Amino acid sequence: MATLQIREALRAAIDEEMARDERVFVMGEEVGHYDGAYKVTEGLLKKYGERRVVDTPIAEAGFAGIGIGAAMCGLRPIIEFMTFNFSAVAFDQILNNAAKLHQLTAGQFTLPMVFRGPNGAAHMLSSTHSQAFESFYCGFPGVKVVSVATPYDAKGLLKTAIRDDNPIIFFESEIMYANRGEVPDEEYLIPIGKADIKRPLTGTGIGVTVITWGQGLSVALAAAELAAPEGLDCEVIDLRSLRPLDDEAVLASVRKTNRVVLVYHGWPYGGTGAEVSDRIQRLAFDHLDAPVLRVCYEDVNMPYAENLEQLVLPSPAKALEAFREVAYRKV
Amino acid sequence: MSRDTARKTDTSPPSSGAGPDLDHLRHLYTQMLRIRRFEEAAARAYTQGKISGFLHLYIGQEAIAVATADLMEPGDRVVTTYRDHGFAIALGCDSGACMAELFGKATGLVGGVGGSMHFFAKDKGLWGGYAIVGSHVPVAAGHAFASKYNQDGRVTLCFLGEGAMHIGATAEGMNLAGLWRLPIVFVIENNMYAMGTPLSRQSPVDDLTSRAPGWALASDRFVVNDVLETRTRLAEAVAHARNENRPALVELLTYRFRGHSMSDPGKYRTKDEVDEWRSRDPLHRSEQQLRDAGITEDALTAIDDGIIAEMDAATAFADESPLPEPAHRFRHNLIEDV
Ligand SMILES: Cc1ncc(C[n+]2csc(CCOP(=O)(O)OP(=O)(O)O)c2C)c(N)n1
Repeated sequence: MATLQIREALRAAIDEEMARDERVFVMGEEVGHYDGAYKVTEGLLKKYGERRVVDTPIAEAGFAGIGIGAAMCGLRPIIEFMTFNFSAVAFDQILNNAAKLHQLTAGQFTLPMVFRGPNGAAHMLSSTHSQAFESFYCGFPGVKVVSVATPYDAKGLLKTAIRDDNPIIFFESEIMYANRGEVPDEEYLIPIGKADIKRPLTGTGIGVTVITWGQGLSVALAAAELAAPEGLDCEVIDLRSLRPLDDEAVLASVRKTNRVVLVYHGWPYGGTGAEVSDRIQRLAFDHLDAPVLRVCYEDVNMPYAENLEQLVLPSPAKALEAFREVAYRKV
Repeated sequence: MSRDTARKTDTSPPSSGAGPDLDHLRHLYTQMLRIRRFEEAAARAYTQGKISGFLHLYIGQEAIAVATADLMEPGDRVVTTYRDHGFAIALGCDSGACMAELFGKATGLVGGVGGSMHFFAKDKGLWGGYAIVGSHVPVAAGHAFASKYNQDGRVTLCFLGEGAMHIGATAEGMNLAGLWRLPIVFVIENNMYAMGTPLSRQSPVDDLTSRAPGWALASDRFVVNDVLETRTRLAEAVAHARNENRPALVELLTYRFRGHSMSDPGKYRTKDEVDEWRSRDPLHRSEQQLRDAGITEDALTAIDDGIIAEMDAATAFADESPLPEPAHRFRHNLIEDV
């Protein structure tokens, strides 16, 4: 086992897949000569050269489209967005081309490609640079959407995403790139569509299912720590795959705890949090002892000021409050 | 912003009977130095952890904002990128309010919601402060559209980095401006690098004004060595835009002396290259011109001392200002949210 940062785990995944398959290449702003805006692709230009590690001008719609066109010819692009905020410029390419061409061409073309980069708020970047894009990219068919929160998941899921023949949206986080964790030395893959229990129930106290992903994970785990002394026993489920969703993992936990709180980075209106809540009320209605609650961004554009940003973001304290509420422990 | 209004914030000592040209040059120099000292103060505050997020400094490019503010007529507009502090200072925004915005304080230019990358001061002619590359270009063309619609005689000056010349929004905005002959001047501040990417890896051609004919834009292209020359040549383009509805694309060759933002060590540039541009610093050139015109060392020192005191006061003001009220995060998302 090696201890890697998330950025190193992602790099290892890209490196291994590039070594394994000549058709895999990386494209994006500053991915090559600058070694990546957040150093995910550090060293890859040196190793693979300019043919396979391609620096682009600032032209997200252009290079997303180049990736799509190349994928239709059988290449396997990894398209890096410096952050997903800038993918807004390329949204048409993803929505109307990447997600639709397989179906529109009755299967004549496949789009084996990954759009990856950091997503969600970082720290004091204000509204245009602090957005979580799950609600946009999970909102239409034709793509798979993945969000990783540990080095182990980052490596295993990115390798799977690169090998998948569908277009994959792959969310990372700039404030998590330096997070460390154990990664096996031998090769492994993690299937897309499988959630992971990051903190199991201990069996003592009132059970609460906490569903999270991405940056939400650390908030959920911290809140679970705070809740334990109060007799609130949290099972923290990291969805990892946001589309498709692992209904079974969620429902199995809900059947045990009868209480659910979602903790995530993203706006409350629509999106993955709303979708999961809907599935729970529809598929596990008889198992619920309390309404499903969501701890996420407040429904405002992100302000720059630190005190305001902290109020808008989900926090362990807010999550704890929600755990108490579903357990009818409101103080 | 007329020159006279901008002069309210001019901290230079009263004119001692020197000719109008000397006064003018002293004013431009003072404004450039104010930007330089503001940016240096901001960099220090960033290093001390008082400013967060991304901080893109304008050091090296000051002559452009100062020349622009000097030639604008009341009601003209500047639309620029996230590298926006220089324009704010040049257009007469209070340095304390600018610094407070960087500190995320209630007294900031926009109450602390925008930070460094999103400065707006409509009444000063600063119409943004846009942080998504290229996305302001059609918006600026829209301001010019409104001017033509209203026949109000105003000109919009839209600034962009050379890195923004390769994105769709820019091409669409410039084409529409050319097609509809909008009163706008697009100014490329070509500081040679978009983050770490030199122009040679962004564009197949070096001369970005080579695109102007395809959009029926008038064009000009020159190195920003001299603030007065910059003012004269930009003013020419603005006059055509104002009087003949003739939009223009002007490429200014310039240099940022620091990294792209505070987090960029700038390892992609050689020391020689940076030194070479520093040796041609337009700020120092105008300082020398003032000397040649007979201004004394004492007078120069007095100007700088005044500015340093202003920026110390701006930093202290930002530091001592209150944080925004918690309820302010709900303001202005819609008009109903007050
Ligand atoms: C659409 C988009 N893509 C990427 C970025 C990230 N980014 C911010 S500034 C920048 C470089 C811009 O360079 P240039 O236009 O030359 O302006 P300069 O910073 O040199 O003033 C990049 C890539 C962004 N803000 N928007």
